[in-house]
Amino acid sequence: MKYLTADFGSTYTKLTAIDAHREEIVGTAAAFTTITTNVMNGFHEALKRLETAIGTFAYDKLLCCSSAAGGLRMVALGLVPELTAKAARTAASSAGAKVIRTFSFEISETEREAIEAIEPDLVLLCGGTDGGNREVIVSNARKLADAKGDFSIIVAGNKSADDEVTTILSASSKNFVITENVMPQFNQLNIEPAREEIKKLFIERIVQAKGLSGAQALAANEIIPTPLAVMNGCELLSKGTGDTEGIGDLMAIDIGGATTDVYSMSHGHPTLTNVQVKGLPEPYAKRSVEGDLGMRYSLRSLVETADLDKLAREIDFPVDEVQAWIDACRRTPHLLAVEGSREQAIEEALARSATRIATERHCGSWESVYTPFGQVFALTGKDLSEVAHVIGIGGVIANSPHPAHILEGVKSEGEKSPHAKPKQPGYLVDKRYIFASMGLLSQKDKELALKLLKREIVSL
Amino acid sequence: MSKGTVVIGVIGADVHAVGNKIIDFALREAGYNVINLGVMVSQEEYIQAAIETDADAILVSSLYGHGEIDCQGLRDKCNEAGLGDIILLVGGNLVVGKQNFEEVETRFLDMGFDHVSPPGTPIEGVFDYLEEAIAARKK
Repeated sequence: MKYLTADFGSTYTKLTAIDAHREEIVGTAAAFTTITTNVMNGFHEALKRLETAIGTFAYDKLLCCSSAAGGLRMVALGLVPELTAKAARTAASSAGAKVIRTFSFEISETEREAIEAIEPDLVLLCGGTDGGNREVIVSNARKLADAKGDFSIIVAGNKSADDEVTTILSASSKNFVITENVMPQFNQLNIEPAREEIKKLFIERIVQAKGLSGAQALAANEIIPTPLAVMNGCELLSKGTGDTEGIGDLMAIDIGGATTDVYSMSHGHPTLTNVQVKGLPEPYAKRSVEGDLGMRYSLRSLVETADLDKLAREIDFPVDEVQAWIDACRRTPHLLAVEGSREQAIEEALARSATRIATERHCGSWESVYTPFGQVFALTGKDLSEVAHVIGIGGVIANSPHPAHILEGVKSEGEKSPHAKPKQPGYLVDKRYIFASMGLLSQKDKELALKLLKREIVSL
Repeated sequence: MSKGTVVIGVIGADVHAVGNKIIDFALREAGYNVINLGVMVSQEEYIQAAIETDADAILVSSLYGHGEIDCQGLRDKCNEAGLGDIILLVGGNLVVGKQNFEEVETRFLDMGFDHVSPPGTPIEGVFDYLEEAIAARKK
């Protein structure tokens, strides 16, 4: 059996050729994504390059994922920011969506306009525990029913409001589906049903809308969002299959031009004694997407958050020089630093900062509380301090001569730091960018995908 | 049909967990829908839980004597969050030392609590009050 996987990215269409009989990846190739004309043009160009390198490749099955045409753009609505709004965001992110914005409480007219301006593919509408608050989800359903735009709505809130919400949305022209509450009981996360619906709608509606029908016609699988394929790859490598063990708890960092994605495969239970766990429980397989941290399109906000002076001090460069490179990158997003140049050192410092900030947001945090019984810690989110493996995905890390230096951004800054980041992780890198491909392959052959992941994801 | 939704928890830096479990159990047995936030609960957590679950009452416990400081401003924050008519109950060893309960009660009522229980009150002691107050609120 020979598999070909295709990842239709926003810029590149990436192919991976796998020979199941020989149990190896025989080659990879990429070409520009041609979503505006015919997506298959880019695919054939990449295939031509692949076959130039490895000879004719007669594949039996084609497996595809896509983040082209903006990926799966979503908006999440909930009630309380730390509760159902967060649950909604978590559900959408772990389904591979790009959550552009999250809204809480009853949305205003201005916020409705903001949603229209985002032009989302899907909207996830949540709010209230089962039997809890219903006014807010009903009010927000009315607002969404009136909103302009051709988006589908997934309703996953208070079940007691389902009938009313159905009546409201049926009267509008919006496509909608009702599923189980993301938080049926207080602090109980139930994101699987919403995730499933997001996946279904992606297959039914988005694939066609994004011009991927041509690819779907040839594919042996249903096209899924690329981040979901990466997530499946991470989960497989961590947990293993029924017969073969995985490598255990891990984190993965994917730094792109527009976003920085962080994946963690870990229960994140507290590792310290004297800890009270607070807030919403988080899933074993968690993905967070930082839309303001990226190496090109989100460079300005990355530099603002990381602080330009601090960046320059870190590498001992004049501020002006760092600023000049940042300006150049913003003018020309396709600009690449020459290997061994001073610009590359700036790129690495930027990537390291993105890693540090994105990890701080992904991990849980400790708060020290002094009680009459001594010092106690309150942990909100996942404790990832014992995670042993951190994997770098994406061009900046894979192409850098110092990938470990960039990945060190994940490391805890010591006992006093409030972030539950890894203390002593080992670093690995996905040199050939095969995570999404292996996530796809795992749909057909889990053992082979795991074997290849273990072989290809190398320690630094 | 539940008699109403009650958010419970031990406020502040207090970690007395046993009484909290007893209250949880007794209220459930009595037919309430209980949202138990456990120990070391902040004012904001009570309020967030009450909004999301459309609760009728918040029952605050405090055993370690710092309740007076921990509870200040809870009613104001409820008003701010649109929970103006939520029923607030408090009970336990609310203040430092042995103080006259009437004075303590007045202080907590002035803070905006609707019902204050003296030290040593079993949870059954508030059942009648809770049932009437929730019935009155739902009218």
